[in-house]
Amino acid sequence: MGADGPRLPSVAERRRTPVIEAGYTFATVTDKISSIVLTRPTTPGWLVGFLLSFSLVMVLFYAIGYLLLAGVGIWGINIPVGWGFAIVNFVWWIGIGHAGTLISAILLLLNQKWRASINRFAEAMTLFAVACAALFPLLHLGRPWLFYWLFPYPSTMGVWPQFRSPLVWDVFAVATYFTVSLLFWFVGLIPDLATLRDRADTRAKRIFYGILAMGWRGSAMHWYRYETAYLLLAGLAAPLVVSVHTVVSFDFAIAILPGWHSTILPPYFVAGAIYSGFAMVLTLAIPLRTAYGLEDFITMRHLENMAKVMLATGLIVAYSYLMELFMAWYSGNIYEGFTAWNRIVGPYGPIYWALITCNVVLLQALWFKRVRTNVPALFVLALIVNLGMWLERFVIVVTSLHRDFLPSSWGMYSPTRWDWAVLIGSIGLFVALLFLFIRFLPMISIFEMRELVSETEARSGN
Amino acid sequence: MLRGRAKPPIYGLLAEFEAPAGLVAAAERARREGYRCMDAYAPFPVDGLAEALGFRHTRVPLITLVGGSIGGLGGYFMQYWITAINYPVNVGGRPLNSWPAFIPVTFELTVLGAALAAVLGMLALNGLPMPYHPVFHVPRFALASRDRFFLCIEAKDPKFDRQATRHFLKSLGSRDVFEVPH
Repeated sequence: MGADGPRLPSVAERRRTPVIEAGYTFATVTDKISSIVLTRPTTPGWLVGFLLSFSLVMVLFYAIGYLLLAGVGIWGINIPVGWGFAIVNFVWWIGIGHAGTLISAILLLLNQKWRASINRFAEAMTLFAVACAALFPLLHLGRPWLFYWLFPYPSTMGVWPQFRSPLVWDVFAVATYFTVSLLFWFVGLIPDLATLRDRADTRAKRIFYGILAMGWRGSAMHWYRYETAYLLLAGLAAPLVVSVHTVVSFDFAIAILPGWHSTILPPYFVAGAIYSGFAMVLTLAIPLRTAYGLEDFITMRHLENMAKVMLATGLIVAYSYLMELFMAWYSGNIYEGFTAWNRIVGPYGPIYWALITCNVVLLQALWFKRVRTNVPALFVLALIVNLGMWLERFVIVVTSLHRDFLPSSWGMYSPTRWDWAVLIGSIGLFVALLFLFIRFLPMISIFEMRELVSETEARSGN
Repeated sequence: MLRGRAKPPIYGLLAEFEAPAGLVAAAERARREGYRCMDAYAPFPVDGLAEALGFRHTRVPLITLVGGSIGGLGGYFMQYWITAINYPVNVGGRPLNSWPAFIPVTFELTVLGAALAAVLGMLALNGLPMPYHPVFHVPRFALASRDRFFLCIEAKDPKFDRQATRHFLKSLGSRDVFEVPH
């Protein structure tokens, strides 16, 4: 850069809010984040939250127990609507599970430093959401205890999975996604587990974190290989994120049902997944930063950036809704046309309008900086988007199934209390796992925050 | 060089630094001085530190490539063998080796193989899990995961001398120098 001539402010200087507030050192970021796990007492708020969500887990277990005993007939599913809540919830949860790996992998590859304070809990969110998601197709199998038939193993029956079926692709996609997300999360945790081991005040904690840290000692050569492996993992995870929801959309797109059999589904599903994932990250980040006083690490800039990603992906989703309708009309296919019309004004019409309101209309508020920097408004909008995305999946699954080609095979679907119990129970499982996570593991990557401090120091020192 | 010599009485000497830049400079100096058996410890990846120690290459990418290739080729041939050889089902005369339908699973298994290879390869090359290491004997070393930076010159280095090396490490601007027992 030339020394003379008018100096333009750099991108970093133009941004009003920094990614980490000033005045932090290596020691203070370490102490602040590790104290949440190591020294701070369990707060009543944590206990109440955990107990509430854990009681919902009990509801889930009860519902699953009864399901195993009585069969899927306890749900509202029947012919023609054979998919119902189980698949709606599956797609919803797996969509939520996309932001974690996306934030970690794609933002790392794009060298977006602001990711450092949100990637850890976003990755944890991914793992828990995928765990909830994987539950539903298994329960929907009817005989979940035979789930291993989905894997290709040399069985005495002499048969193999049908590799031309998207349902089998799904097994591989979701299993790979869970494994790679787990690896990515755990590799990111290793140096922080070593920090917790070194700072633990009791022998039990030292042993617990020591075993998990595997003897990490921060050697320069270890860091070198570590960074290489982490970058490679990010490079592998980024296309994986896209592939997983693409395969999920194939479950629909490869069927010949009107409303499903469409080439727009894969990009539409991927955009929807990122959209709902960022909404869930905001839903979690906002209460967490307030409850644990992490406003200096998860700054307004983070919230605003996430709001912008939400707006961008929300617009892609809105475009997909529009294109779906346009193609239904433009194709001249009476079944496609009817399905689109039936979605809007048919028996499930109000749900369609609710989804448009949540996902398209209210979202437009994010064009205004006043809204993007208003924390309560962002939180409410994120909740609305979560709801809207669930409704979207309901519309996709149920409206296409309940009116297909022959009027004689039309029917209606309404969920039973067991459908609701499993949905609410899965939310409880997700929240309970998150509560355990923030109590036992550092929810912000400590070593990446130290790196950020070192870079901030270097910049201000110049 | 070690031939005929007994095991050195200590593991090495550990110097503590307060800033990443000091550690990189010290590592460079030590290498120029002729020390080879040494390692540096930092609470986060420090730019140029591994290079200063003469470490410029890692086999992690190669291992990842091999893992991904095994995953991808194995995944495709598993599907080919199952659907075309072991359990062929003729569906309206369509080809048994219907390769486009095998791509999603092939892709997923490529990523799975590569990711597992990257992580396990990184851990194996780093020698982890390793619960015991001599540097953990130094109580101050607990700060290596917080805010301090360490350079350890190991006693097995031919140039190592308990007194001279200690003076050398002191002269690099370190805060303190510790003896690391075995």
